[in-house]
Amino acid sequence: MSQTLMNTKLDQFRSKLTPSKVKIDQTLLDHADAYLNGREFPTTRDEFWKYTRLTKISNLQINVNASIIQSIPEAAIIHPNAQKIVFENGVYRKDLSDNIHQLSGVQFSDKGNSNFSFQEEVFYALNYKYSTDAITIDIESKTVLKDPIHLILISSGEGSVSMPRIAINADKFSESEIIVSTHNVNSQNCLTNVVIEVDVQENAKLTINKVQNEKSTNFSVFNERVDQALNSCFMLNTLTLNGSWVRNNVRVNVKGQNVETHLLGAYVTNESQHVDNHTLIDHLAPNCQSNELYKGVLDGKSTGVFNGKVFVRKDAQKINAFQSNGNVLLSDDATINSKPELEIYADDVKCSHGSTTGQLDEDAVYYLRTRGLSEKSARHLLVTAFIGDVLEKVEDEHVVKYAESALSERYGWSF
Amino acid sequence: MKTLINIKDLHASINGKEILKGLNLEVKPGEIHAIMGPNGAGKSTLASILAGREEYEITEGSVDFDGKDLLELATEDRAREGLFLAFQYPVEIPGVSNVNFLRTALNEIREYNGQEQISAKDFMALVREKSALVELDSKLASRSVNEGFSGGEKKRNEIFQMAMLQPKLAILDETDSGLDIDALRIVANGVNKLKTPENGAIVITHYQRLLDYIVPDFVHVLYDGKIVKSGPKELALELEEKGYDWIKDELEKAH
Ligand SMILES: Nc1ncnc2c1ncn2[C@@H]1O[C@H](COP(=O)(O)OP(=O)(O)O)[C@@H](O)[C@H]1O
Ligand SMILES: [Mg+2]
Repeated sequence: MSQTLMNTKLDQFRSKLTPSKVKIDQTLLDHADAYLNGREFPTTRDEFWKYTRLTKISNLQINVNASIIQSIPEAAIIHPNAQKIVFENGVYRKDLSDNIHQLSGVQFSDKGNSNFSFQEEVFYALNYKYSTDAITIDIESKTVLKDPIHLILISSGEGSVSMPRIAINADKFSESEIIVSTHNVNSQNCLTNVVIEVDVQENAKLTINKVQNEKSTNFSVFNERVDQALNSCFMLNTLTLNGSWVRNNVRVNVKGQNVETHLLGAYVTNESQHVDNHTLIDHLAPNCQSNELYKGVLDGKSTGVFNGKVFVRKDAQKINAFQSNGNVLLSDDATINSKPELEIYADDVKCSHGSTTGQLDEDAVYYLRTRGLSEKSARHLLVTAFIGDVLEKVEDEHVVKYAESALSERYGWSF
Repeated sequence: MKTLINIKDLHASINGKEILKGLNLEVKPGEIHAIMGPNGAGKSTLASILAGREEYEITEGSVDFDGKDLLELATEDRAREGLFLAFQYPVEIPGVSNVNFLRTALNEIREYNGQEQISAKDFMALVREKSALVELDSKLASRSVNEGFSGGEKKRNEIFQMAMLQPKLAILDETDSGLDIDALRIVANGVNKLKTPENGAIVITHYQRLLDYIVPDFVHVLYDGKIVKSGPKELALELEEKGYDWIKDELEKAH
């Protein structure tokens, strides 16, 4: 059945996309269809999109481009021993990827599905309906992965749309690290809309290091959903090193007791970049601990958004939830909208949140200059110290090195 | 004989308020000058202006520093030319390690003077030597600049930095205040050991006490933005005994 009437911008946008051939649960698909039909892109009147406009996305000239990359670009290598899984424009490039099947304790499938219920959000719905590929990574129980699995997402060409879906299942007592990174090769005006659905099972430990480093006029939306079970530990580090327009939607459902959740974020922006981090930690069970630290350095005319919600439900007693967002504005034209939100329905909890925004400490700049540092070095030192506070908490030193050298290259900072 | 620093008729104001009102001071190589004076006299203002704090407006006067027009130099270039200020209130800089920034500082100073970068090995040896000199715990040397340091540790850290940078002229702004007698001795000892026939120091202090340990060649009284009295080291004792009112009375009589 073809649609003849295109009432909304979203309908027009969808008319240029190809419905997915990837198998997905029919109920999810029905939900996605029902959600999208006749709907408009959210506007800034929508609380969830208050500071991030979708106009540019709705106006994208979409093309389906043939794959062009012959090998993994040097700039996309982060960890020397990682098992690499490569996507180009959201399509799994088996030919460029390592043979994950050979990895003991890991089940890999490129015929992904979703174990989650429908999420009423436009980018989830679009991903379900139009996913370009979907994979499942299953870390079997008791498996301890020595080296990380690295998902490399590359955009190429003009107006490509990538909608990969990634399911990660960290089975009981497993320990693993996944790196997800974005890059671009000769690309412009591309959209990446990733869904990452994560199940961290009992006593499992999982770290996801997300490195966003697209150096082009591309748009990316990351949608992560994480379920955590009893005694599990999950850490998500979001390092936004570049990218003209980036939106991260993170949701963590803490369903079991004695769970640790760590969300770290660092974003460094310049020119007219826009970076929006929305996070939600939903404490549904007692005796858990969550830690959230996001720090940003904004220069030029760039804009940042931080919205961090922490829910502590009625039965989730004895929760320790800490959240902090700090920003340094290096120019008068840079702006940040920071909104930490705590909603607590339990009475025996320890929660704190805070948000700071300011310039570099001029007294510190002066102090360093009286020791012989140039003004530039002094400022660089202070900025790297500020953002280094986040980087030093990232355990994978290869990820840290990569981030540091990307920032050095772009801004001349030294760490 | 050449001078290290020659301050002539210096007038400076901040927010339209004149703080320095015609100050003269000359320091020659090998000399230690003490500046004493009541609170609010302008001692820290003088130190800040010499170090290059930009908030002050210099309305008159000149400062020659080893043949260069000091007031024309950027803050960092003053340091690179060999001027050092030990702050009355050292700044805390979270996340910036002491030794890290000192390595950068040292190398930028060397580059400015056309010298080679210091090797990592030599640098660490220098850190060990100089932190021992001021009895600064080597852990403190590598911690964030002054963060969580006690008052005494901050002051010792200032002297440690001075020792690392080996300036031609050191200005110590009330480095003694808030120090117990042991810390005072350590700081003074550091300063004395760094003294050479080529370099000099301006020691700003409130108390005569410090001058038992750092023996000055000259003592000056800074009062209401001017040096109103200068004399040998004995002047410090006289000030300690009679207080500053004596100076005030003397000045009023002279009018
Ligand atoms: N930023 C400022 N704005 C206005 N007045 C100032 C400022 N800084 C210092 N002063 C004034 O300058 C005078 C000298 O201060 P200072 O140099 O700190 O004195 P001292 O170190 O001798 O105690 C004081 O009256 C002080 O109030
Ligand atoms: Mg003072």
